[in-house]
Amino acid sequence: MDQNISFNLKVWRQRGPKEPGKFVTYPMKDIPGDTSFLEMLDILNEELINKGEEPIVFDHDCREGICGMCSLYVNGHPHGPATGATTCQLYMRRFNNGDTITVEPWRSAAFPVIRDLMVDRTAFDKIQQAGGYVSINTGGIPDANAIPIGKDIAEEAMDAAACIGCGACVAACKNGSAMLFVSAKVSQFALLPQGQAEAARRVKSMVAKMDELGFGNCTNTRACEAECPKCISISNIARLNREFIKAKLGD
Amino acid sequence: MSVSGAALVLFLLFHMSMNLVALFSGDAYNLICEFLGANWYALVATAGLAALVVLHFVYAFILTMQNRKARGEQRYAYTKQPKEVEWASQNMFVLGVIVLLGMGLHLYNFWANMQLVEVLHMLGANVDVSLATDGTHYIKETFSCIVYVILYLVWLVALWFHLTHGFWSAMQTLGWNNQVWFARWRCIGNIVSSIIVLGFAIVVLVYAFCPCAGGC
Amino acid sequence: MAKISSVKPDSKIPEGPLAEKWTNYKAHQKLVNPANKRNLDIIVVGTGLAGASAAASLGAMGFNVLNFCIQDSPRRAHSIAAQGGINAAKNYQNDGDSVYRLFYDTIKGGDYRAREANVHRLAEVSGAIIDQCVAQGVPFAREYGGLLANRSFGGAQVSRTFYARGQTGQQLLLGAYSALNYQVNLGKVKLYTRYEMLDVVIIDGRARGIIARNLVTGKVERFAAHAVVIATGGYGNAFFLSTNAMGSNGSAALQCYRKGAYFANPCFAQIHPTCIPVHGDKQSKLTLMSESLRNDGRIWVPKKLEDAKALQAGKKKASDIPDEDRDFYLERRYPAFGNLVPRDVASRAAKERCDKGYGVNNTGLAVFLDFKYAIQRLGKEVVKQRYGNLFDMYEEITDVSPYEEPMIIYPAIHHTMGGIWVDYELQTSIPGLFAIGEANFSDHGANRLGASALMQGLADGYFVLPYTMQNYLSDQIQVKRFSTDAPEFVAAEKAVNDKIAKLMAIKGKRSVDSIHKELGHVMWEYVGMARTKESLETAIKKIAEVEKIFWSELRIPGVADSLNVELEKALRLLDFIEIGKLMAYDALNREESCGGHFREEHQTEEGEAKRNDEAFSYVACWKYTGEGNEPELLKEDLNYQYIKVQQRNYKN
Repeated sequence: MDQNISFNLKVWRQRGPKEPGKFVTYPMKDIPGDTSFLEMLDILNEELINKGEEPIVFDHDCREGICGMCSLYVNGHPHGPATGATTCQLYMRRFNNGDTITVEPWRSAAFPVIRDLMVDRTAFDKIQQAGGYVSINTGGIPDANAIPIGKDIAEEAMDAAACIGCGACVAACKNGSAMLFVSAKVSQFALLPQGQAEAARRVKSMVAKMDELGFGNCTNTRACEAECPKCISISNIARLNREFIKAKLGD
Repeated sequence: MSVSGAALVLFLLFHMSMNLVALFSGDAYNLICEFLGANWYALVATAGLAALVVLHFVYAFILTMQNRKARGEQRYAYTKQPKEVEWASQNMFVLGVIVLLGMGLHLYNFWANMQLVEVLHMLGANVDVSLATDGTHYIKETFSCIVYVILYLVWLVALWFHLTHGFWSAMQTLGWNNQVWFARWRCIGNIVSSIIVLGFAIVVLVYAFCPCAGGC
Repeated sequence: MAKISSVKPDSKIPEGPLAEKWTNYKAHQKLVNPANKRNLDIIVVGTGLAGASAAASLGAMGFNVLNFCIQDSPRRAHSIAAQGGINAAKNYQNDGDSVYRLFYDTIKGGDYRAREANVHRLAEVSGAIIDQCVAQGVPFAREYGGLLANRSFGGAQVSRTFYARGQTGQQLLLGAYSALNYQVNLGKVKLYTRYEMLDVVIIDGRARGIIARNLVTGKVERFAAHAVVIATGGYGNAFFLSTNAMGSNGSAALQCYRKGAYFANPCFAQIHPTCIPVHGDKQSKLTLMSESLRNDGRIWVPKKLEDAKALQAGKKKASDIPDEDRDFYLERRYPAFGNLVPRDVASRAAKERCDKGYGVNNTGLAVFLDFKYAIQRLGKEVVKQRYGNLFDMYEEITDVSPYEEPMIIYPAIHHTMGGIWVDYELQTSIPGLFAIGEANFSDHGANRLGASALMQGLADGYFVLPYTMQNYLSDQIQVKRFSTDAPEFVAAEKAVNDKIAKLMAIKGKRSVDSIHKELGHVMWEYVGMARTKESLETAIKKIAEVEKIFWSELRIPGVADSLNVELEKALRLLDFIEIGKLMAYDALNREESCGGHFREEHQTEEGEAKRNDEAFSYVACWKYTGEGNEPELLKEDLNYQYIKVQQRNYKN
C-alpha cells in the first residue's frame, strides 16, 4: 500500500498577467500516495477556502491525460517528473516525505499567465487555424476505403496526431519554441495522402503564424521530446523542416 | 545556421587535413602555405570564409535574442534538464563565443603574420615578407609557449562540444533526419567532430612537446 | 405522483416507410438559399463532437456561426476522452452488418425506449461519418492492405467499430476541430473560448440568443442570433464522481429547461462497467478503462466466498486462485455475448456479485478484468499492441501492472441518455432552440451501446442538424439581426447577475466541492445502479437538504466580476441539484426496469430488468413549472412499427 507523505508545496501565485507574482509555500500533511497531484491541489484549495482565502487557479479538465488542459511545471519539469504523463496522471507516490515541491506555470512569452498557474494558450489555436486542416466541407466525400493507406504510414501519422496541444514542448524549450507542436500537425498531414493537395500552403502558413505569435526558434535541444506527455518525436520537426524547405523551393 | 555551419565543418576538415601535413614535413606544409598565400583564389576563399563566419555568428546572435524574448521575462525558479538533453545543445551560443574568441587568437597568431602581411606587401606597405609563407615557423613559435597550448586546447574542446551538437542539428534543421537516421547522424557527427578536433590537437601537442616536429 | 399533462409532444416524424423517411424528409424540407444564409446567425454552445461538427458544417454552408466553449480551446471538449471507437454500418468485414442491423442493435441495446425513425436515420448516416473523418485525415487503424480495420464492441455480433488506438474520441474531435479551424480561418465561425452560457434568451416564444459569462474577466455578456444550438454534453457529474471531465456540466440544458424546453428521460444514466474503482474520499473523478478491453479481457470473481474474503483482506492475490475456482459470471450467465454484453447488463452483474460479497478489493466493490488468458492465447506483444496505452494508464494510476495481475474494475456513471427533448428535427420544444449530441435525449433509449456516442454526436453535427435546421431557418430570412438591447436580453442578463449576486452573498463556510460531494453521495446511494420507491423518495428529501445547505452554507471566495472558479462551480452545482431532483422524479415515475434504469421492484426471477411496455413505452418529458414546484410530465408515446418489441436476450 502507498504511504502517506508530508511535504512543502511552493506555488506561484499571480493575480493577473500584468501584476507581479510570487511564490507562496504551503505545508501539506499526510497526503496518501494514491492521491493524484491535482487531487492534492484540490485538498489544498479546500483548506484555503475553509480559511476564507482564494483557491489556487490552475487549468484541468478530463483528469485522464487526454484533454491537454492541465499544465503545471512541477519540480523543474512540465507535467512533473513522470515521463509520458500529464500533470493529472502524476501521483503523489512519486514524491518523498519532507520534499519541497515547486509548482510554476508554463513560462513563455506566447503563453501569458492569466492567474496563478493558468496560462493563455490561444496562440496554439491560432496556429491551427492558419492551416492545421484539410480544406474540405461536410459531405460529398468518396468512400472511406477508396484511398488505401499503408498500416505503417497510418501508424506514423497516428503517432504525430497523438499530440494533445498542452504546450509542454513550449514550456520545456529554453527558446520557447512551438516547433514540436506545429510539426506534429504538419507531419500527420504530410504523411497522409489526404494532406498532400495543400501541403506547401499548410506548412508555410502554420510556420508564418508560429513566428508571428512570438514563439522562439528550434535549436534542437530535444527538451520538448523528452518532456512531451505523448512522446511526440523530434523526427516530426525534421519532417516539418523538410516540408518547409520543399515548399519554399517550390516558390 | 545549418547551411553556414555545415560549410564551416567542411572548411575545418580541410584545414585540419592541411595541418596534419605539418606533422610529417614542415616544408610540405610551407608549400601549402605558399599556395594559399595572397593568390586571388585564396583571397576569395578567405573572404568567403569570413563572410560565412560573420553570417553564422550574426544569425546566431539574432536567433538567440529572439529566443530569449520568446522565453519571456519571468524565468523558472527551478529547472531540471531531462537526461536526453545534451549539455552542448543548451549552450551553443556560449560555446560559439568561445570558438570565436579562439579564432581571434588564432588569426592574430597566424593569419596576421602570414596572408595579411602578404596582402599588405602587395598593397605597397613596408612589411617583412620573409616569413609570411613559413607556417611551420609560426607553429613552432606559437606552441613553444605553454599558455598558447592551453588556450588552444580549451578552444578545441569548446569546438568539439559545439560540433557534436551542431552536426546532427544541422541535418535535423535541413530536414535530413528521421527516427532511424537520428542515431546515425549523431554517431557520424561525433566521429567527424572528434576527427577534426583530434587532428588539430595533435599538431598542437606534437609541436609543443616533441622537439623533432615538422619532419625529423 | 407527478402531475401528468394531456399534451402530447409532437415528434414530427415524417410519414412513409422507415427506410425512406429521412430521404423523403430531405427531398421535401425547406432550404435557405446561399445569399440568405450569410444573413443568418447561429449560436452553437459547446465544441465537442456534436458542437464542433455542427459549427463547422453550418459555417461551411454559409451561415454565420458563433461557437462557445468553457475551455481554453475547442479541442479540450470531453469528447476527446472517448477511447474505444465509433460504430458505422459499413460492413467492411463482410460479417453481415447492414443499416438495418445497426438500427436493430441500437434499439434493442436501448431496451426499446428510443424512437425508431431517429435511430434508423442514425444508422443510415453512420457510414458517411467515417468517409468524412477519413477525408479530414483522421488516422484510423488500418490493416496491412491499407484498408480500415474494425473491432467488435458490446451489444453487437458484428465488427463495426472503427478506432484510432485507444484515442478514437481524440482523433475524431481533432478532425472536427480542424474542420472548425478551417471555418474560423474563412471567417464563417467566430470562437468564444472560456465563455460559459448562463441563460437562453427567448423573444416572442423563440430562442434568440444567450447570456454568457466571460470566465476570464467575469463579465456577463449578451449574444443574439436567429437560432441557438445546445451541444454541451451530459449531466453525469451530478454524481460528483463520474467518468466525465471536471468541467462537464448540465447547466446549459437546465437553463433551457427553466425557459420551457422539456427535459426527457432524465433517469436514464449509463453506468459504465469498466472503471477504476473508487479508492478514497479525496478522489476527484473516476477513470474509465475502455470497453474495448472486454474484447480480450475476461471478467471474474472468486467462486468461493472465503477466497473473496481473503482478497478483501489482502491475504490473497488473484493469481493465488486457480481457474476452477474462478466465476466468469458474464460468460456463465450470458453464453451468447459473454464478456461483450451491453454496459447496463455488465454493470448490474458486477453489482450483483459484489452485493453478494464476492468483491475483490478492500472495499469489496470491484471485480477482476483478467488478461492472463489473452496473453496465453495471443502473446504479450499482441496484447501490448492492442491495449498498451490503456495498460500504462492503469499502472500509472494504481501502481499495478495488468500484464502481471488482473485489473480491478467497478461500474461508474458515464453517459447520460436523457437530456433535452428534441423532435425529429433536433429542435426542442422551444422554436429556434436545438439540442444535439449527448445534450439531447437522443437515440440511445434507456441504454447506449459502446462506440455509439461518437456516432450520434457526429451524425447530429455533420449530417442531421445542418439539414433540419434549415427547415426552421427558411422562415427566418426576413428577420433582421436582433439588437442585444432588446428588453428580453436586458431582463435575462439582470436575472443572471442577480443570481450571481445571490450566490456571492451567501457567505457561508463550505466549499462548493464539499456540498457537491454530498449531492453525489445521495445520487449514487439512492438514484444509482439499483433504485427502489423508498430510495428515490429518500433521495428527493435528501437532495432538498443538500439544496438547503447550498443556500445557507456555501462560501465563494473572491469577487464575481473577475476570474472566479468557485463561482463557476457553484452555478453548475445549483443546476446539478435541480437535475438530481429531476432524475429522482423520473426514476420514481418509471415503475419498470429498463436499460440503465433498474428498479429493484421490477426484475425477473433471474434478476434481469423487467420492462413494462404496456405502461411505460413512452418518452417522459418533464416541463418546468416554476422554482420549487414539481415538474409536469408529458408523455411522447413510442410506436414500434418495424421492430418487434421483446425481452432483451443476450443469453443465446
